[in-house]
Amino acid sequence: MPKVKPHRSSPTLDMTPMVDLAFLLVTFFMLTTKFAPEEPVQVDMPKSHANFRLPDTDILLLTVSKEGKVFFGMDGKFTKQTLLTNMGNAHKIKFTPEQINRFAVLPSFGLPLANLQKFLDMDQEERKLIKQDGIPADSLNNELADWIIYSRLANPKLRIAIKGDSDTKFPVINKVIETLKSQDVNRFNLITNLIAEPGVNEPEK
Amino acid sequence: MSEVQQQGGGDKKGGKVRSKKQSTRIDMTPMVDLAFLLLTFFMLTTTFAKPKTMEIAVPEKPKDTLHTPPVFEGRVMNLILGEKDKIYWWMGITKPEVHTTTYSKDGIRKIVLEKAKDVDAIVRGQGKDPSKLPMVILIKPVDSSRYKNFVDIMDEMKITKAPIYALVPITPDDKALIKANEK
Repeated sequence: MPKVKPHRSSPTLDMTPMVDLAFLLVTFFMLTTKFAPEEPVQVDMPKSHANFRLPDTDILLLTVSKEGKVFFGMDGKFTKQTLLTNMGNAHKIKFTPEQINRFAVLPSFGLPLANLQKFLDMDQEERKLIKQDGIPADSLNNELADWIIYSRLANPKLRIAIKGDSDTKFPVINKVIETLKSQDVNRFNLITNLIAEPGVNEPEK
Repeated sequence: MSEVQQQGGGDKKGGKVRSKKQSTRIDMTPMVDLAFLLLTFFMLTTTFAKPKTMEIAVPEKPKDTLHTPPVFEGRVMNLILGEKDKIYWWMGITKPEVHTTTYSKDGIRKIVLEKAKDVDAIVRGQGKDPSKLPMVILIKPVDSSRYKNFVDIMDEMKITKAPIYALVPITPDDKALIKANEK
């Protein structure tokens, strides 16, 4: 009796279309990607119908966490260098060039100015372990106001955006708004997520 | 797995010299692995939705608060952003009737639109131009209200195209009114 030979077919298949597709997608994602900056706190933004896109540059971002801590973030490496130098001069703190360079690449922070030097001396991993208490914004010691003044001096085109958590208590937000108002900043942005609802979201110019 | 086959061309029987036939297949598996690895990496790190923002313009700090113009109370709507996502609202100051509503589409949005029409009718009844004397909305968040409430109400103001609205601190009288209403 002859053995039944299993039919052998080559297990290779033509992968070319798949590879084409994969590389197409890789290229797409490589070109469109923009790395999300590392945030010291997680913020769950409220939703609104506002349909205005925040510009990419010249943004001063004030993040307000659920617990009411205020974090400060700004873009622009050179403006941040000027900002820290001026801020140091105003508060009589001398920052080393190394610290200034490190500050220039810091995405967002929430510390009183007095603790900032120590924070800048740490390396990336150590910084993550530090619990940041937010920038003091009380009427007695309003460092937030100083940060805003000096960053606007460093970059006059600055647009101020507030990113608050849905559950932040209103008085904290009000404190930030009042601080802005005291600096004659009467126009600012609230960052929100979009809810789509037909007939309501007319695109704004 | 890469298979490059070589077949001998014409060797002995001096026929035509055939060009060597080579299989053009190469093993693409490692390349595909790499491609998908990169693909996954970029897909996970990418941030798609750009943030949307709501632009807010607040009035300048008044230099003197004594000489602010009085407003006819029938035009004034008080909105208190209470705790637990409730809105308390009433018109005017004398004999206020406190109502509660929600942030939904059929809640505050409807009320604001209706009341704006009522105010129009009242102003017209007084023989004045309603486009110059629209409804004035006073937004008063209590201390325990959330940021979300504030964003929601600002959003509703934009949707209903309310011409005049202001963020004002809550007064003890307002608090007493709400408390009386709770019972």
